[in-house]
Amino acid sequence: MVATFEPKSEYKVIGTRPIRHDGLDKVTGRAIYGADIKLPNMIWGTVLRSPHAHARIKSVDTSAAEAMDGVHAVVVNADLPKAENKMVDLGEGATNLKWAVDNILASDKVLYAGHAIAGVAAVDRYTAEEAARAIKVEYEVLPSATNVDDTIASDMPAILEEFVGSPGAEESGHANHVKEFVHEFGDPDEAFGGADHVIEAEFSLEMVHQGYIEPHNATAVWDEDGRLKIWTSTQGAFTVRQQVAAVLQMSESKIRVTPLEIGGGFGGKIPIYLEPVAAALSRKAGNVPVKMIMERRSVFEGSGPAAGGKINLKLGATKDGKLVAADSTLRMEAGAYPGSLVGASGMCIYACYNIPNMRITGYDVLVNKPKVAAYRAPGSPQVAFAIETLVDDLCEQAGFDKWQFRRDNAAKEGTRRGDGPIFPRIGMEEVLDAAKETDHWNSDIGEASPGRVRGRGFASGYWFNVGLQSSVNLSLNDDGTVELVEGSTDIGGTRASIAMQAAETLGITAEDVNPTVVDTDTVGFTAVTGGSRVTYATGYAAYNAAIEMIDKLKVRASRLWSIDEDDVQFEDGVFSSKSDPELSIGFKDLAGKLGDTGGPVTSTGSVDLEAAGGAYGTHICDLEIDPETGKTDVVRYTIVQDAGRAIHPSYVEGQMQGGAAQGIGWALNEEYYMSDDGVMANSSYLDYRMPTSLDLPSIETVIVEVPNPVHPYGVRGVGEVPIVPPVPAVGNAIKDAIGIRLREAPMNAGRIVAALDS
Amino acid sequence: MHPFAYEAPGSIEEAVALLDKHGDRARPIAGGTDVLVQARANRWDLDAIVDVKNIPELTQISHYPDGSVSIGAAVPCYQIYEDQKIRDAFPGIIDAVEMIGGIQIQSRASLGGNLCNSSPSADGICPLIAYNAVCHIAAPGGENSHRDVAVEDFCTGPGSNVLGRGEILVSLVLPNPGDNFGAAYERFIPRNEMDIAVAGAGVSVKLNDAGDTFEAARVALAAVAPVPLVVPAAEAALVGNSVSEATIEAAAAAAADAASPISDMRGTIAQRKHLSGVLTRRMINKAVERARG
Repeated sequence: MVATFEPKSEYKVIGTRPIRHDGLDKVTGRAIYGADIKLPNMIWGTVLRSPHAHARIKSVDTSAAEAMDGVHAVVVNADLPKAENKMVDLGEGATNLKWAVDNILASDKVLYAGHAIAGVAAVDRYTAEEAARAIKVEYEVLPSATNVDDTIASDMPAILEEFVGSPGAEESGHANHVKEFVHEFGDPDEAFGGADHVIEAEFSLEMVHQGYIEPHNATAVWDEDGRLKIWTSTQGAFTVRQQVAAVLQMSESKIRVTPLEIGGGFGGKIPIYLEPVAAALSRKAGNVPVKMIMERRSVFEGSGPAAGGKINLKLGATKDGKLVAADSTLRMEAGAYPGSLVGASGMCIYACYNIPNMRITGYDVLVNKPKVAAYRAPGSPQVAFAIETLVDDLCEQAGFDKWQFRRDNAAKEGTRRGDGPIFPRIGMEEVLDAAKETDHWNSDIGEASPGRVRGRGFASGYWFNVGLQSSVNLSLNDDGTVELVEGSTDIGGTRASIAMQAAETLGITAEDVNPTVVDTDTVGFTAVTGGSRVTYATGYAAYNAAIEMIDKLKVRASRLWSIDEDDVQFEDGVFSSKSDPELSIGFKDLAGKLGDTGGPVTSTGSVDLEAAGGAYGTHICDLEIDPETGKTDVVRYTIVQDAGRAIHPSYVEGQMQGGAAQGIGWALNEEYYMSDDGVMANSSYLDYRMPTSLDLPSIETVIVEVPNPVHPYGVRGVGEVPIVPPVPAVGNAIKDAIGIRLREAPMNAGRIVAALDS
Repeated sequence: MHPFAYEAPGSIEEAVALLDKHGDRARPIAGGTDVLVQARANRWDLDAIVDVKNIPELTQISHYPDGSVSIGAAVPCYQIYEDQKIRDAFPGIIDAVEMIGGIQIQSRASLGGNLCNSSPSADGICPLIAYNAVCHIAAPGGENSHRDVAVEDFCTGPGSNVLGRGEILVSLVLPNPGDNFGAAYERFIPRNEMDIAVAGAGVSVKLNDAGDTFEAARVALAAVAPVPLVVPAAEAALVGNSVSEATIEAAAAAAADAASPISDMRGTIAQRKHLSGVLTRRMINKAVERARG
């Protein structure tokens, strides 16, 4: 039974903008990140990576490296416990254990350039790197493919033998091309037949990286009693514990993971890479701490980017503007191991609309690139590019107003999502309405610089947001402040947003709550910081813990006054007697009397929540193009998004702006540019071309609040939706500026000039 | 990267001797903005780096009575763009040194280092060619072992140049450009900072006194050939002809035609050839504007 809550309009703490609790430490440099860890007798580890995109490993000779002065240990796949070819659940869904281990250190084959082969630990970082260069690997180079078309060529071998003859691969005709699902509803074929306007197109996108500033890092050491301690930058200490336990085949309770401050993750810091290598090196080096930090190139080549791929989409509408049919085929790059997140793409592609007849066919495509990971609304920006572009084109072809068409066909409570679920209360219509009311929408696009042209586009996007498990512990200090202990690593200001929900419930200020993110020994299980879940789920756990604390304090007040427990009420931070108006005491005053009423008061909250309907955003983009060079500058950008309830509006706005910045980069310049032999050629921030502060305007934000009825404060989650609309919003603006439709991302200067030339 | 020695000689002779001794296992270093990055990427096996910032001749800007200027090879970009005489007389150089990196890089990186790194996409080389700059090179063999090489003849391939064992670039000498002269450099990058040129064009023109005819011209392109590319056909299209849209367009077309780029992560062949024409036209126009004062 899911509890529902009546939205309140008045709050004391929620909706205010206190200084974040971790702010001073962050701006003064006191906050401790993975690179700051220094332990007695610590040595440095590094990783040898494959220069080949696809090769059989014939032999690995580590003797020269091991003989070098200062080298303490060298490990290869064989130094990890033998991994069976079996499915295991690592919290992020089931995966094959051998694949999970092979992605940490390759065994029989390397499947992408950058695939880890060996770990080396030495007295310092440079000695470790020199030793890694001294390892001799003999390869038998195999044909490789880095895009969805090349990988299904008849002469392209299976990247994973396990898929040869598997049902999904049998059906698609190639072992690298695995059919995952077909969602079908109504009768799309008949509906297309009856539609007045039918439009279809193919869209393609390249693999992109989350681009967090802080590289992956891990420090590991074994205790003499066989316990493993890990310090790392992660989105989830418990998921690190779970994954490391699986790879090292040990009990989770023998591992303590301490999450450090995190310099960005965006989904990419959910998987593990270095942790088991550091652990194996520590053990082989005699249980000394081993610290590892990835080079930027390794982050690009060896961590988990977002899927590129190809999307074929067909839409049908009646002459009076009703969207009646949709059919799509999604072929998403998984990288070298399954897991393109095409399932999420299938959940999102039609989610902005009510389409009575639909089909979605999803393929997971293996290519010789790193295994993809989550990236902020994983799978949704790609399909948003397809549908929000094609909706614009459909409107132009049929003469529909682009806003009205979207509003008339908008998803709402009761609409069926493409993969089956029926939407609860959602805010798509409110977001579209609010977009139309923005200053941006109602302002002229302005004069272009000489020789340049301007265009405006808009697009919407959806992300489902998740719930999952969270735990919070509270303890009350005698000055009335509260220690809040949580397991959610703080990427986007969630110490503040969780503390504020506890404070609101307890009737105290945000500053009265002191939130701390702790290790896996110190708090109950908490799932990853991901899926836009933390303010929603961990905030709910904090609410539950606060309610328990109030209940305990009611008992204390009843003892103080020698009245019945049921006679005590709590309102606006004050405990009082229902029957005797003379008896009342403030939260802080009562906190000072714990010693007289039974001792310390602590409380806990834990939740396991369902996803709650998700959230929508609509973005408006003005840009200016130099038609001679293709140079594109975004000159004005506005985000309208349903936050459910904005607990701390500044951090909601920050999430919205950050997501849009990443999406604009995805639209214009970012891509894995692969050489002909399958090596990423632009594996540095110099050439990866994320937007800098000089490439973006000040992004305007409008927070829409359609409270989530199943959260005590109406929270929906905000972090992921904002990366979904930018790619099509930018594309639609480019179309408006130069009159040409680009269906390949990135829509960079070269593509714009080529399109204008032809 | 393995440990290597740091040497900081105080004279050209000492520097040349050190470089001669180590050969390709030593690199001179001024700002280090390329050398240190490359050393970390294991581009060389180094025994030593030779810091040239203690050598007076490499760290000075000298203005001569004839209007020429000598810029020491290790003079950082910021000292060049803060020199008012260079700003006034050589604005095409200022275009480049203000463009290379951000303020921190400009405080270290030198124009001489940009040339010695010999990247085809270097922003500093094309404007030096446009100003007919000459490299003053010291060689092993005693105090008088020097030679001069025109900047346009300096680079021999991506990352390679005419410097032989023990040789060191001392200074860049830019002759007085004289009256009715203008020069300019621009590159194309997709972002507004933090990028290497997809293509670049450095142009200079000398006009007649009336300002309506080209008397001389230099056109050099960045990032479209293995070395910064001088385009004689574009220069010839200008010289002797009137300053007109047609003349300039012909030179731009010659530049686009001469460009022989590769496709890589920064741009395609077609895009770079196209940009060569656009940037050449734009820089001729800007150079004409500057020539006319």
